[in-house]
Amino acid sequence: MPTWPEDYGGAGLSRDEALVLHEEIARLGLPMPLTGFGYSMIGPTLLDHGTEAQRAEHLPKIARGEIRWCQGYSEPNAGSDLASLATSAVRDGDFYVINGQKIWTSGADQADWIFMLVRTNPDVKKQRGITFILVDMESPGVEVRPIRLISGASPFCETFFHNVRAPVHQVIGDVNGGWTVAKALLGHERASIGGMGRGGAGASLPGLARDYVGVDENGRIDDPAIRERVTQCEMDAMSYGLTIKRHGDGLEAGHKPGPESSMFKYYGTELNMRREELMLSIRGPQALGWEGEGFEPAELNQTRTWLRSRANSIEGGTSEIQLNIIAKRVLGLPD
Amino acid sequence: MASLVLTAPQEMLARTAAELVSKHGGVDRQRRLRDEGAELGYSPEVWAEMADLGWLGIPLSEEHGGLGMGMAETVLITEAMGRGLAPEPFVSAVVFAGGLLADAGSAEQRAAWLPPLIDGEKRLAPALLEAGSRYGLDRVETQARTNGDGWSLSGEKVQVVGGVGADGFLIAARTEDGDNGLTLFLVPAEANGLEVVAQGRVDSRNSAIVRLSDVHVPAGAVLGAVGGGLEPLGRAVDRATVAVCGEMLGLMTEAFERTIEYLKSRSQFGVLIGTFQALKHRAAKMFVEIELSRSAVMSAARAIDEGSDDAELQVSNAKARCSDALILVTNEALQMHGGIGMTDEHDIGLFMKRARALEFAFGDAAFHRQRFARLRGF
Repeated sequence: MPTWPEDYGGAGLSRDEALVLHEEIARLGLPMPLTGFGYSMIGPTLLDHGTEAQRAEHLPKIARGEIRWCQGYSEPNAGSDLASLATSAVRDGDFYVINGQKIWTSGADQADWIFMLVRTNPDVKKQRGITFILVDMESPGVEVRPIRLISGASPFCETFFHNVRAPVHQVIGDVNGGWTVAKALLGHERASIGGMGRGGAGASLPGLARDYVGVDENGRIDDPAIRERVTQCEMDAMSYGLTIKRHGDGLEAGHKPGPESSMFKYYGTELNMRREELMLSIRGPQALGWEGEGFEPAELNQTRTWLRSRANSIEGGTSEIQLNIIAKRVLGLPD
Repeated sequence: MASLVLTAPQEMLARTAAELVSKHGGVDRQRRLRDEGAELGYSPEVWAEMADLGWLGIPLSEEHGGLGMGMAETVLITEAMGRGLAPEPFVSAVVFAGGLLADAGSAEQRAAWLPPLIDGEKRLAPALLEAGSRYGLDRVETQARTNGDGWSLSGEKVQVVGGVGADGFLIAARTEDGDNGLTLFLVPAEANGLEVVAQGRVDSRNSAIVRLSDVHVPAGAVLGAVGGGLEPLGRAVDRATVAVCGEMLGLMTEAFERTIEYLKSRSQFGVLIGTFQALKHRAAKMFVEIELSRSAVMSAARAIDEGSDDAELQVSNAKARCSDALILVTNEALQMHGGIGMTDEHDIGLFMKRARALEFAFGDAAFHRQRFARLRGF
């Protein structure tokens, strides 16, 4: 937690210092010590919207890696139209009683806590009756079923709530004010998903192309169409990385953060998916492996990461939703 | 790596440039100059005002009498010019020719030419293209033969930007067989055997054919080393390319903003057309492309200013990106304006025409992608 205050288990670093730390860790080819929803989403949200007591209770545990979080946003009938969510929370003394179903709850089968959106008022405009609340996954009435995806993995779950009781003090922000908190958190999520477009840690595209496609007598990738696609991808990643840097420089200079996270989410995920498609083209038939002999581990992994990447433009708000947000909130186009 | 945020003085410069362009009529001025068939294709009074502001020496060091600012500042001027379609030959005369002279010229050449260039009394035009050269700087057939103490030049340069009314030309000629025999010459316009013929281009800017028939120049007309013209020429072209990218950025931003305004004001089927998702998504994608272009241009300008190792790479990244984004935006702008966009009366066509000239200036997107790939060893 490089940028979190030291009181909550962070290192209290500036954005610049944290960037240097990230770059050095990436340069050494090491993973970040802590990733996940606690670090990238609920942590920053608590820093922005939590009370002192809420921060003191949850942040140090996230920083120490003691608890894992999952996200209860989407429902079977509330995907892109998230605000139409129906999971209800009814006040009963010092508790909310929660009933309903969440879907695409990443890692719910291994999570200790869930941050979720619930409907606390069904009689107002849909965005105005939503509350953001934290729930202990050990609570009676929580049931989790993993969903098997096209990649063969089950990173997502369905999570059911049957008369689950959560204390009132676990509401983040105002009761019926959850949409504001949710949007701020989605901003963190988009920034985190969008960051993938920069490439970096994964395999080098040109290197992979040289290995699989071969090189001509001048040492160039021996297929002009693949070479052109590799070049385009690398150039797009360069301009995208520079745009992330420019945005960060702007924040550093005191510019207010705006709806740009939609741009990063849209472009970063589309770019990452294009990269995955290209890596598939580069490996050719060797990218078809599912399991067993005849394929290298990296090739088997490629099949899975490509399939997984198809969700990039769906999760965290589809590409189409991001374009809607840019059109409305950045360009001011009418509804 | 330099910050990609404008400093306060840079913001001020950008504002001043925008004010200058709009004060003189903005896009209406370009239209008027075109309709009048103005021989110069630009306004001498605006050029003089740019000289008064010191802008004709903006990228030239203070020792040469310039302002000693970098490409980061230069692109702010060209961006404002791009927004208002200002036709003054700033990139060709100041960034390219002035920069090349400062880089490769002898002390005598600099002393003779730079002060009047910076004051706006004289103007140089780089004569780069030939009919068969496309984007290859070394695809030059103009010949220079030794002639007594000097040289004799013969050949034909085309689409010499700012060529009409120029006081001198920077000309690349072949001085011996082989790839490395490219030599630069500084040739005054009044030289015997040099003929300037105005050319009509789609963007109605100042453009000329320069014909050289045994033009005799003294040995002192050589710019830099005999046979060593390609390197300084390449550096000058990279700087000019980034300046052009600034103009492209201004042009695409203006065409885009005008289109967004149109989407907010034009009604069909009883609703504003900006409510249509088919148009919203395309508008949002254009916005993203413009943002990426801006980052690429700002970074390339700073890479040149810092003498960064990857400056050439960044220049090609910026030019390829801007070329693609500019064509996307101006084509979409016309489409979204519908039939009115096809009329000469409407301004959006002027943006589209200029966009094509900028796309092909110093190499299109495909050319710069190839260069990027070559530099990275793909």
